[in-house]
Amino acid sequence: MVNEETLKELALSMSEYELIVDKLGREPNGLELGLFGALWSEHCGYKHTKRLLRTIKSNSKYTLTEAGEENAGAVNIGDNKAIVMKIESHNHPSAVEPYEGAATGVGGIVRDIFAMGARPIALLNSLRFSDLNNDRNFQIAKGVVEGISGYGNCLGIPNIGGECLFDESYDNNPLVNAMCVGLVDADSILSAKAENPGDLLIIIGAETGRDGIHGASGLASQNFEETVELRSAVQVGNPFLEKLLIEACLEIAQLDELVGMQDCGAAGITSAAIEMAERSNLGLSLDVSKVPVREKGMTPYEIMLSESQERMLIAVRKNEYNKIFEVLDKWDLKCSIIGEFIKDKDVLIYNRNELISRTSIETLTSPPEYDLSKISNGFRPNYKKIQIKDSYKSFNENTVKDFIEKIISSDNLVSKKSIYKKYDHHVQTNTVIEPGSDSSVIRIKGTDKMLAFSCDGNSRLCAVDPKVGSEINIAEACRNISVTGATPIALTDGLNFGDPTKPKGAFQLLETFKGFNNACEVFDTPIISGNASLFNEGHTSSINPTPIIGAMGIMSQKIRIPDKGFSKEGHKIGVIGKNAWGTNIGLSGSEFQRIFDKDLSGEISIDLSFEKMIQENIRTLIFKNLIMSAHDVSVGGLITALILSCEQNNLGAQIDKSIPDNWAGALFGEDQSRIIFSYEEKDKNKISNILNDSDWHEIGTVTNRNIKFENILLESESLFLRYNKGFSRDI
Amino acid sequence: MKIGIVVFPGTWSESDTFYATKDILGFKTEYIWHKDQKLSNIDLVILPGGFSYGDYLRTGAIASFSPIIEQVIDFANKGGPVIGICNGFQILCESKLLPGILIKNKDLSFVCEWSNLKVNNDSIFTSEFKNDELIKIPISHGEGNYQAETNIINKLEDENRIIFRYSSSDGDLNEDSNPNGSINNIAGITNKKGNVLGMMPHPEKACEKLIGGDDGLGIFKSVIKKVING
Repeated sequence: MVNEETLKELALSMSEYELIVDKLGREPNGLELGLFGALWSEHCGYKHTKRLLRTIKSNSKYTLTEAGEENAGAVNIGDNKAIVMKIESHNHPSAVEPYEGAATGVGGIVRDIFAMGARPIALLNSLRFSDLNNDRNFQIAKGVVEGISGYGNCLGIPNIGGECLFDESYDNNPLVNAMCVGLVDADSILSAKAENPGDLLIIIGAETGRDGIHGASGLASQNFEETVELRSAVQVGNPFLEKLLIEACLEIAQLDELVGMQDCGAAGITSAAIEMAERSNLGLSLDVSKVPVREKGMTPYEIMLSESQERMLIAVRKNEYNKIFEVLDKWDLKCSIIGEFIKDKDVLIYNRNELISRTSIETLTSPPEYDLSKISNGFRPNYKKIQIKDSYKSFNENTVKDFIEKIISSDNLVSKKSIYKKYDHHVQTNTVIEPGSDSSVIRIKGTDKMLAFSCDGNSRLCAVDPKVGSEINIAEACRNISVTGATPIALTDGLNFGDPTKPKGAFQLLETFKGFNNACEVFDTPIISGNASLFNEGHTSSINPTPIIGAMGIMSQKIRIPDKGFSKEGHKIGVIGKNAWGTNIGLSGSEFQRIFDKDLSGEISIDLSFEKMIQENIRTLIFKNLIMSAHDVSVGGLITALILSCEQNNLGAQIDKSIPDNWAGALFGEDQSRIIFSYEEKDKNKISNILNDSDWHEIGTVTNRNIKFENILLESESLFLRYNKGFSRDI
Repeated sequence: MKIGIVVFPGTWSESDTFYATKDILGFKTEYIWHKDQKLSNIDLVILPGGFSYGDYLRTGAIASFSPIIEQVIDFANKGGPVIGICNGFQILCESKLLPGILIKNKDLSFVCEWSNLKVNNDSIFTSEFKNDELIKIPISHGEGNYQAETNIINKLEDENRIIFRYSSSDGDLNEDSNPNGSINNIAGITNKKGNVLGMMPHPEKACEKLIGGDDGLGIFKSVIKKVING
C-alpha cells in the first residue's frame, strides 16, 4: 500500500489513489503512479476547473478551434489567415528560480503556438510582484524580467507589451503569465493528433534529462513553504535550441508526411504523448529506451516525467519520415522514433522488450472533476464597508498635491520602460504601437489588417468582488483594444488563484466564471484558450484572485490610431463615461486605497451594456478620424490618466473645473467605463452626434505645460520626472 | 543586382532584411545557408542580426569559423560590399574583417529602443544621406559596446571610418546619448577599403513609416546604387 508521503509528492489525495486502484482493478506500479500524478494534476487534468471551463463562451464566428482541444486557440482573421494565441503561467517555477522559471515559461508558450504550425509573431506578459523594497521580492522581479529578456530575445519574436503590477498579496508568490500569438494560413493549422493506427510517434529536440520532474504535479500544486527543496523541479532553458526547433518545426509543418504536432511541456512525454493519443481516439505503444537521454541510468519513471525543455512530439505516417529527418538534419536537431499509435485505446509502455505498464487511456485521462460549489458551500465573503476619511472630503491644496505626487511615483503607475526596453519589440518589423500604450498593435504583412493586443488583470478589484472584478478585467482589456480603433474578437485567460480546495478559493473561482460568462456574452468575445495556476498560497496567505485576460482586436491599416497622449496645444479634452466628479465612487479596490489606506474594501460595479456602447462609440470616432488621442481611465483614476495624457508629448492641460471637496473620488476613483480623449474644436458637433447616448463632457483644453484646475496648479515637469524615474528599485 | 543574406542557426533578422531589400526596395535577394560552400553571383552580402549558434563562446565567435565566412572574407577582400548588422557586426569583428570588439553594454542590460544616429556620409553605405544628418534606427542588443585599442580608434577617426554615432535628438554626442558605452559613441564603422560596414543598429527594422520610420532604407539604397553604378 502506498504511503501518504509518496502521494503528497505526486499531489494526489488518498481518495484519488483509491479511485485509481478501483479503476485499474489493481494497485498501480511506481511508474503508473507517476503517470496518474501528472495527468491528474490541475495543470493537465483541470480537476477543479474543468466543469467551469465547459460553461464558458468559447466560440464565435471567428473561432477555428474548440476550446481545450489543441495546444492553443485559433481565430480566422480573413485572407485565409488565422491567429493562434494562448496565455500560460509559470508562477511556481519563477518563485523558486526566477530567471529560469520565467525563461522556460516563455519557451513553453512559444512551443504551444508553433505546435499548431503557426509562426510566433508576438509575445506579451503579465507580471505580478510584491513590494520591491523587500529584498526577496526585488530579487524575484529582477530575475523574472531578465529571464524573459534572456530567453525571448534569442527567438526573434517581438515582445510587444503586457503589464506589471505590484501588490502585497504576491509576497514570495510572483505571477508570471506569458502570452504568445502566432500566424498561420487558416487552412494549414496543425492538429495535435495522430490519424491512424501505425502512425509513428517521434520526439525531436533536446535530450531528456532529470530536470523538472514533478513540475506539473508537484510545483504547481503545493504551497511555497515546501518549495525550498524543489529546485531540481525547475527546468533550465536553452533558447538557441528553441529557435532551431521553431524553424525546423515550421518547415516540417509544410510536409504532407506530418500528421500532428504536440508541445512536450508540463508533465513531459507522459502528458504530451498520452493526450495526443486520447485526442486521436487511439492508443499508444511507447518504448522509453528509445528516448534520447542526457545521462545514463535514467529510470523509465524519470524519462516519462522529465520536463526537459525544447522538446516536441510529432506524429508521422509510417515509413514516411525521410523528408522530415532531412529537415531535422539540416537544423542539426536530434530525433528518435519512440512509439507508434495503436488501435486499442491503451497506453503500453516498454523498456526495451519488457512491457512495464499497460493502462487504458480513458482511465489515465479522466481525473475526478470536483464540484467547486460543494467546496465553497456556505462561504460568505467578508465584505467590508468602505471608510472615507474626513480629510478626503475637504479640499486642501497641499494635501491633494502631496497625494498626486505619491500616486504617480507608485510602482504600479510609473513608466515600465525599464522593463520593456530589455525586450526586443521591433523584430519581424510589424510593430505599429510599441509597449507603453493601452494596447500594442502589429500589422499583418500581405493583408490590410492590424491587430491590437492587451493584457489586463486588476486583482484588487477581483479581491473586493471576484465576479464584478472579472467582468471589469474583460471590459478593460476590450477597452484598451477599442481605444486604438480595433474591435476585440478573442480572449485568452490566465487563471491565477489560491487553493481551490478551500472554500474561499473555490468561491473566487466560481464567481470569476460567472463574471467571465456575463462579459464574454456582452462583448461577443470568446475565450479561446487559457491556463489555470491554482494553489498560489505564498508564505502567509493566498494571492488576490488574479484572472488575467489577454485580448486581441482587429482593424484595418487604413485606420489612423489615435495617440495615447495629447498631441497639440489648443486641442480640446473630453471624457467619455458617467460623471463621477464630486462623488466617492471608484475608490474601492483602487490604487489610492492600497497606498494611502492599506485597505481593500467597499463595493465595485460595472454596467456592461454601457461599457459596450462607449467602446463602440470610441471606435466610431476613431474610424471617422475625429479624435487625436484616446486613453483608458483605469488604475490611479482620472488625474493619473490626465497626467499621462500630458506626459506623452510633454504638454499640459487647462481643466475648466475646480477640484471638489470630495477630491479623493474625483481624482483617484477608478470608476469604470471612462476614456479621456482629445480632439480639434471644429469636430465637436460631429463628436457630440456620435456620442449622443454616452455620457461625455468637454473638460478642458490642451496647453503647453502644467495642469491647471480652477483652484490648483500642478507643475507638470516634476510629475513627469517622477513618472519617468521608474520603479523604486531598478528592475 | 543580387543581394545575399547569410543565415546561421540562431539568426533572426534575415526575414526582416529580406523584406526590406526585396519587398520594399524590390531588389533580387536570396538566403545563403551557413553550410553553403560558395557565394554565387552575389553583389552585396548582408550578415543579419540574431544569436548565431546561440552566441555561445563569444558573440559571433562560432559563426566566424563557419564554412560560408571564408567565402565572405574572400568576397570582401576582392572589394565586394558587406554589411554586418548587430550580430553580423560582431561576426565581422570576430573574423577580423573589422577591427575592435563588442562587449557587454555598460549597464549590463539588453537594450531595445529607437536610437538617433549622426551620419557620416563619406561612405558607399551612406551616400544617400546628408553629412551629419540625424536618422532614427532601432537598436536591440546586449553586447554592443564597441571598444578598441587607442591606436585603432585614432585610425578610425583619422581615416573617417566612423560612419554612425549615437546621438541625442538634437545632435549632441555625449554620454547621455550613448546607449551602450561604446567609445566615441561609435555605432557603425567601415574597414579601411570602405567596402565592409559593421553597425549595431538595425536598418532593416526602420523600413516603413507605419512601423515608426524608414530611415534605414537609405543605407541599402546607397550601397545598391554603388553596386549598380559601379
